[in-house]
Amino acid sequence: MKHALKYAGIAGLGVALFAALPAWAQAAAGPIKAPTAAQMAGMVNKGDTSWMLISSALVLMMSVPGLALFYGGLVRTKNMLSVLMQVLMIVCVASLVWVSWGYSMAFTSGGENHFFGGLSKAFLKGVDGTTLAATFSNNVYIPEFAYVCFQMTFACITPALIVGAFAERVKFTPLIIFVVAWLTLVYFPIAHMVWYWAGPDFLPDAPTDGGFLFGKGALDFAGGTVVHINAGIAGLMGCLVIGKRKGYKTEPMPPHSLTMTMIGASLLWVGWFGFNAGSNLEANGVTGVAFINTYVATAAAAISWAVIEQIVHKKPSLLGAATGAVAGLVAITPASGYAAPMTSVVLGLVVSPICFFFVTTVKNALKYDDSLDVFGVHCIGGIVGALGTAIVADPKLGGQGYFDYTKFPAVAVAPADYHIVSQLWVQAQAVGITLFWSGGVSLVLFLILKYTIGIRPSEEVEVEGLDINEHGERAYNY
Amino acid sequence: MKLIIAIIKPFKLDEVREALTEIGVAGMTVTEVKGFGRQKGQTEIYRGAEYSTNMVPKIKIEIVCAADLAAKVVESIQASANTGAIGDGKIFVLDVGQAVRIRTGETDETAL
Repeated sequence: MKHALKYAGIAGLGVALFAALPAWAQAAAGPIKAPTAAQMAGMVNKGDTSWMLISSALVLMMSVPGLALFYGGLVRTKNMLSVLMQVLMIVCVASLVWVSWGYSMAFTSGGENHFFGGLSKAFLKGVDGTTLAATFSNNVYIPEFAYVCFQMTFACITPALIVGAFAERVKFTPLIIFVVAWLTLVYFPIAHMVWYWAGPDFLPDAPTDGGFLFGKGALDFAGGTVVHINAGIAGLMGCLVIGKRKGYKTEPMPPHSLTMTMIGASLLWVGWFGFNAGSNLEANGVTGVAFINTYVATAAAAISWAVIEQIVHKKPSLLGAATGAVAGLVAITPASGYAAPMTSVVLGLVVSPICFFFVTTVKNALKYDDSLDVFGVHCIGGIVGALGTAIVADPKLGGQGYFDYTKFPAVAVAPADYHIVSQLWVQAQAVGITLFWSGGVSLVLFLILKYTIGIRPSEEVEVEGLDINEHGERAYNY
Repeated sequence: MKLIIAIIKPFKLDEVREALTEIGVAGMTVTEVKGFGRQKGQTEIYRGAEYSTNMVPKIKIEIVCAADLAAKVVESIQASANTGAIGDGKIFVLDVGQAVRIRTGETDETAL
């Protein structure tokens, strides 16, 4: 994906010059690295720009209120506000961290270091209304602010996903400290490793200017590794360090409002079109591919979860179907721009039984209290998706394959040259590195917090509820 | 006078009330209650976490009537609340020592 470039000397470019012109720029003889005003008009498309800004808003809607309600409905009444507040505040804090140093750490070149970027764009230095970010097409760009915003929404939702693993038993302030540290030490480096590259017009001259996993050829269209595996394994570490909820397995802890969970899951599905189809960075045919894949994989996964429950429990539950929908969304995320609709359906059908097995059998067998199944759905679903991407991306199965961007113009891989097994190995390495890095650093961060300022509230607070004790209010006053 | 306490399935309340009105019962007190008997509770499953609620929601009806009407009331409730399935409920009959209508001070059967 994704690199931003600063063009000198075009700051005075008038708005009128951005009026729609034929997209002749793509057909230019070579990469336009210092465009004239006339060339620029064809390089930045109003449709692309609109789509990216709309997608950014859709992804924000996934976090608030989508994820907040999805999670909030699953906890008990006494902890409803704590979950809503955690998600809302994480989104706000992550936004500021993103514009302060996150964008720069994730999406500027690290030179010879391929693990994280530099600080040259810290506090958005040098980014303004005239600077541009690369897309996946030669000589096609979007305004850099649109790109900063789009990526910001990803940095907001990823740490918010983590809180589900230890919901109902975490102190608010230590959690926020964790989020700032985790974004800096885990999210930005992983995003850089997977998504940073010089862009299609600059890679031919600097073929090694990309993140570590990008350079290995790992395919992650919209964040299977960066978002879901990353957050899922961090959540597991959190729930292991913090421990089980008091009364886990001895007293009933049913969700307090599956109605809200349904609303949240539905908002996630709608917002996910921005997440996946928006990750194409342009509004074109591949955007349509990512859109339909996101649609049908989700439907397939919701159905397959409901069918499993019908078989195992004799009743298909709403919570199960909604969980299946989310698992499908997670699985299709890395594959969304690479798969074909029919292979997406297969991916959706496959992911639910695997996640179902983890949230029921494995969780009970290993006795960890992942309250809202962040590990079982996001990490496991993400791994299924990341590995599945190697299969569904195969052009011989109708997939999109990948492009060699070291040539100008970029060349699509020949179907005969796409090898599922070797791609699978690359994907497995990306999964392994994400699990290792995010899992390891998260474990250390949680342990440091546990033994310094403490991360778990007192038993009395936990039993009475986080809402009244941590936030001084109740969700429902009858 | 007799106090008749009947525990019935909630959806049978309307039928029981109509049947009792027909035989001349002038009033009753109804409470939503929970409990268990031979009918076990329900099982709820949330992503594999199973909770069995061993209390089942029921309706409790309390009627005070003249002693000679009691047998008819019991018979009427038994017929109208019956589904033939486990969990239909139970009827208890107790003696009542005194009844007073608060507004007028009338006592016993005239107070009913």
